[in-house]
Amino acid sequence: MTRPEIREVIIEILERIAPDEDLSNLDDSVAFREQMELDSMDFLDIVMELRKQYRVQIPENEYENLLTMDSTVNYLEPKLADVAK
Amino acid sequence: MSDSLQDHHRIVITGVGLTSPNGDNLTDYRANLLAGKSGVVPFQTRYVKQPVLAGVCHFDEFLYQKKKERRRGTRAGSVSIYCANEALKDSGLDWENVRKNRVGVYLGITEHGNVETENEIYEISQFDYDTKVWSHHHNPRTVANNPAGEVTLNLGITGPHLTVGAACAAGNAGFIYGLQMLRLKEVDLAIAGGISESVHTFGIFASFASQGALAWHEDPAKACRPFDVNRNGIIVSEGGGICTLERLPDALARGAKIYGEIVGYAMNSDALDFVLPSSTRQSECVQLALDRAGLTADDIDIVSSHATATEQGDIEESKALRAVFGDRPSLAINNTKSFIGHAMGAAGALELLGNVPSFADRIAHATINLDQQDPRCELRQVVANRPRHMEKVEYILNNSFGMLGINSVVIVKKFPAEHGGVYA
Repeated sequence: MTRPEIREVIIEILERIAPDEDLSNLDDSVAFREQMELDSMDFLDIVMELRKQYRVQIPENEYENLLTMDSTVNYLEPKLADVAK
Repeated sequence: MSDSLQDHHRIVITGVGLTSPNGDNLTDYRANLLAGKSGVVPFQTRYVKQPVLAGVCHFDEFLYQKKKERRRGTRAGSVSIYCANEALKDSGLDWENVRKNRVGVYLGITEHGNVETENEIYEISQFDYDTKVWSHHHNPRTVANNPAGEVTLNLGITGPHLTVGAACAAGNAGFIYGLQMLRLKEVDLAIAGGISESVHTFGIFASFASQGALAWHEDPAKACRPFDVNRNGIIVSEGGGICTLERLPDALARGAKIYGEIVGYAMNSDALDFVLPSSTRQSECVQLALDRAGLTADDIDIVSSHATATEQGDIEESKALRAVFGDRPSLAINNTKSFIGHAMGAAGALELLGNVPSFADRIAHATINLDQQDPRCELRQVVANRPRHMEKVEYILNNSFGMLGINSVVIVKKFPAEHGGVYA
């Protein structure tokens, strides 16, 4: 998966988790939680969706990598390099 | 029961919110009950191979709930939120200025959590039963207080909330708990009733089928046939019936419209069997409710029966009603399940609420699909197939019984127009 494809995957997950939010102006360098209503249970949904859809296992001590869109894509890029969208 | 308008033990219904398979508000629901319109439809349920019928609701989930709230919550929560908001809107309460810590939510449920548990098991079955994909939402969705708790989250209610697990006696039980908490002055407003999401669990259909108690008919509208000789079981339905209950002096002080007064109630237990009912205990429960209301059987105008169209259930209730009410022809006995199926935790609430407008129009809605009454269900007062015009409707008695031998009865009295009665 390319970086734009990974971003697209994350956006699709966020749209399902926060269906009332407008994500069209999401700033990739700013924390998700500063731009949208996202509590810890929602955050776990991101981890769960990645696990279900792409079998990506994210250990708890690495959750901090999912702070912003940029950091999330950076973190997932090597893990999803050989995975098709 | 005191006639004093200042008696704080007198509890009245001041708002109604409901969703049923044949109507999402009291006006439509009542109109369909009078018109003989069923809400039973063909239904798909996971795993069950035989054709299944059910009563399905069509209310707008997003009228009072954000999409995210709905995703986080349950269908039972969504039913509850819709009905609670409808009841509050109908009550005319100035909600902004209601003290939220003095509001209690008491919702009867037959069961809760099966839907979510079945969904999660199905989900992990797609991942070779890897429990790492079991949702972190499972626990908050399946805790027994979930439906009532979702109402408090949605409406910012900080008073007590709980669900009342009472099998199919739960709708009445919710009203009874609300009434008791108002009398105890634990709360100033009770949001009370019963709800069900049962059609979304395959287990309830499969279990009734295994028990030989799941109804079927080529024409879905004819499938639920209480008291009929050709009845063949239960139609599972979802729904909700929730009221705002208030102490009479509080309701009068704010000039509330009043649907009726709950003047009697009772609950008891058969202590006999897991599923088979007992006419003796049922008639004792009815009699206890009459005694508490200071009434005799002759005072009751309409009995809203529980009968689910099972073989034994209908026979036992018929015996119980004959024992208490005899053959008095001025009594009307009707049955709402014949229209909407068995709405489980919501059944008692919906069945009572569909009859309450009778105080005004003096019409007892029918029991449909009663083509040939089972001689073992010998009740001469059953309103068969067409509504019956009554000389008077002062008191409605509502039966609601459930598995493990739980019985509940609620009696509602017409309220006079000069004090706010809307159905007078």
